[in-house]
Amino acid sequence: MSKVTNVVFAGLGGQGVLKVSDILADAAVHAGLDVKKSELHGMSQRGGSVSSDVRFGDEVFSPMIPEGEADYLVVLDETQVDVTRHLLREGGVLITPEVFYDEDQGIEDVDDLVADEDNPVTERNLNVALLGALSVRLDLPESCLLEGVRANLPERLHEMNLEVFQYGVSAARKRLS
Amino acid sequence: MVQQSTKASAGLRRLLSGDEAVAAAARELGVSLGTGYPGTPSTEVLEYFATLGGRAQWAPNEKVAMEVGVGAAFAGARALVTMKHVGLNVAADVLFTAAYTNVQGGLVVVSADDPGMASSQNEQDNRRYAVAAGVPMFEPSDSQEAYEMTAAAFDVAERWHIPVILRLTTRLCHAKTLVDTGRFTASAPPETFVRDIPGRVMIPAYAKPAHRRLRAKLAEIAEWVETCAWTRTVEGSGRVGVITSGVSYAHVREAIADAPVLKLGMTHPVPIEAARAFAQTVDECIVIEEGDPYLEETLRAAGIAVRGKDPMYRFGELSVQRVRRILAGDTSAEPTPPRGNPPQLCPTCPHRLVFQALSRLNCIVSGDIGCYTLGVLPPFEAMDCCVCMGASIGAGLGLRHALPDEEARRVVSVIGDSTFVHSGLTGLVEMVYNPPTTGHLVMVLDNGTTAMTGLQEHPGTGRTLNHEPTNRLDIERVAEAIGIRRIHTVDPRELGSDGLETLIAETLASGELAMIVTRRPCALIEERVATAAAGACNE
Repeated sequence: MSKVTNVVFAGLGGQGVLKVSDILADAAVHAGLDVKKSELHGMSQRGGSVSSDVRFGDEVFSPMIPEGEADYLVVLDETQVDVTRHLLREGGVLITPEVFYDEDQGIEDVDDLVADEDNPVTERNLNVALLGALSVRLDLPESCLLEGVRANLPERLHEMNLEVFQYGVSAARKRLS
Repeated sequence: MVQQSTKASAGLRRLLSGDEAVAAAARELGVSLGTGYPGTPSTEVLEYFATLGGRAQWAPNEKVAMEVGVGAAFAGARALVTMKHVGLNVAADVLFTAAYTNVQGGLVVVSADDPGMASSQNEQDNRRYAVAAGVPMFEPSDSQEAYEMTAAAFDVAERWHIPVILRLTTRLCHAKTLVDTGRFTASAPPETFVRDIPGRVMIPAYAKPAHRRLRAKLAEIAEWVETCAWTRTVEGSGRVGVITSGVSYAHVREAIADAPVLKLGMTHPVPIEAARAFAQTVDECIVIEEGDPYLEETLRAAGIAVRGKDPMYRFGELSVQRVRRILAGDTSAEPTPPRGNPPQLCPTCPHRLVFQALSRLNCIVSGDIGCYTLGVLPPFEAMDCCVCMGASIGAGLGLRHALPDEEARRVVSVIGDSTFVHSGLTGLVEMVYNPPTTGHLVMVLDNGTTAMTGLQEHPGTGRTLNHEPTNRLDIERVAEAIGIRRIHTVDPRELGSDGLETLIAETLASGELAMIVTRRPCALIEERVATAAAGACNE
């Protein structure tokens, strides 16, 4: 049995944490894998911390990622790194908006990033941008991820999101190389 | 009998939450009516059922929902009634006697428990209700089982003419797992009314034989469950065996791969003999269950040697790591995870102004269940008690009766619009019938929605579950008819917290039986409208 891949998305209510986890889970379904995803609803719309677990592989049992066993931790709001870091396994990968920062371009924090008009990242689509950045490390076909984006967002948002996804892909590739 | 489908649509594999899976099955099974009251984590069952084209409606509260469901079943139809665990307290009066009746159609009740209290005021374990009311209970462990057990629950309900509880838990309701749908076909709706007076009119003369009939049904079901497909053994090479059910099963399979497992799909009646036989095949038999030690106690009472969990694991939900600790007998203190940001009233929430005023006036606030319970948190800290739906009014009256007059005059009951309709009306009747000598003030924080659970409609919004127009309950006119003489309706944003402060102070000083309705749409509704207009949101 192949290993299960564990991804945690974290952020604040209203950032699209649950939406991006839906997209990734759908992508894994398209890839023909067993998938489970889990989060707690209810209080999330009240500006509180939100996180969502996505697990995929040949066979997944628990819908929750055991603490300290996440392979990837994608944090949309940097204030949430300290309260979620313990979820990551040793050697696991943390991905934050920092992947897009570029001092040479004067982009030193998330405010600079969304204000900068040369890149397609906005407050609203940061979730999909970070999914793009995550995707270069996942063993999932890009076509499945793009299918997930299309299946979970209204058509009028497709073009913008496919663009920002690709932006995330290139930013992460640049970092990796 | 539930029919298996041979349609071409069979085999469609989708990622569904437990709630959605129940709804998908209900739709395929031809459930005539879904009714309930919103409550995390059960809300999405009826919403998704409606999305699939099913007839779904919000009732004013769970008791009424259960009554409507029983009536639909008496008509011979399949009815699904949904609620969160504490909702079953409200509906319990119906359930206990409905269990005596010969329910004609299928009546299935979804009880969504919340171990860990992700969004609830307690973590009661509703398996106890199945025992107390004498009704069968199914517990799925993933969405596929939620889908299949919905059909199984209707099967049992219709075969034995008995209400059946489908018990979900937060993690099951909201986790998404793969489901093969399209397996069931719809039952035919009823054609005529079939009279069954001794089976449905619970006067003592008919209820006495009905109770004996109920116990006989349960004895038959207890025999059936011993060998039914839902009582399932998973082979394993280990010497330690596990008996488990629900979402705990998934944690167990991950925590201990080689253990033989007896998985119970039905937790009432418990298949005692199957458990006894299983326990004899292993060196040690451990019960893994969330919440109360219900299975453990039941099995031990039957003389089966099982080990349960340490009492420390009774609190909160289980997880893979907690199951590992239970198996290892580890009772050392668990690591405390770092605390994230707690939820709070939205920055533009109209309730904020009310709590600012109440805080400045140093009122004694009898609170209620909803977003506005967050008024207890800093910077307001303007809530002194909150127990259950509707309790703000009754508890506020009790405070007024017992406190010295000077203190009593500071007491205010605060209740939301949906909660007021749910169970505030009778509190208002009590207020008029047994008025405190100092009068009383009820504030209805009317944001035009059931906000906490995700913006559901209710009778006060004048729109149905599907947001279609219907008759509207007029809160002020009802209050007036009940006998409240002093009623103010204000827009908290227009009046501001200073204006609210003055109005509350004057009303309290009047010593009258009074109501202030602060009416302003929920900030989330306003935000949603604004976002839709702006045209871009990835949420």
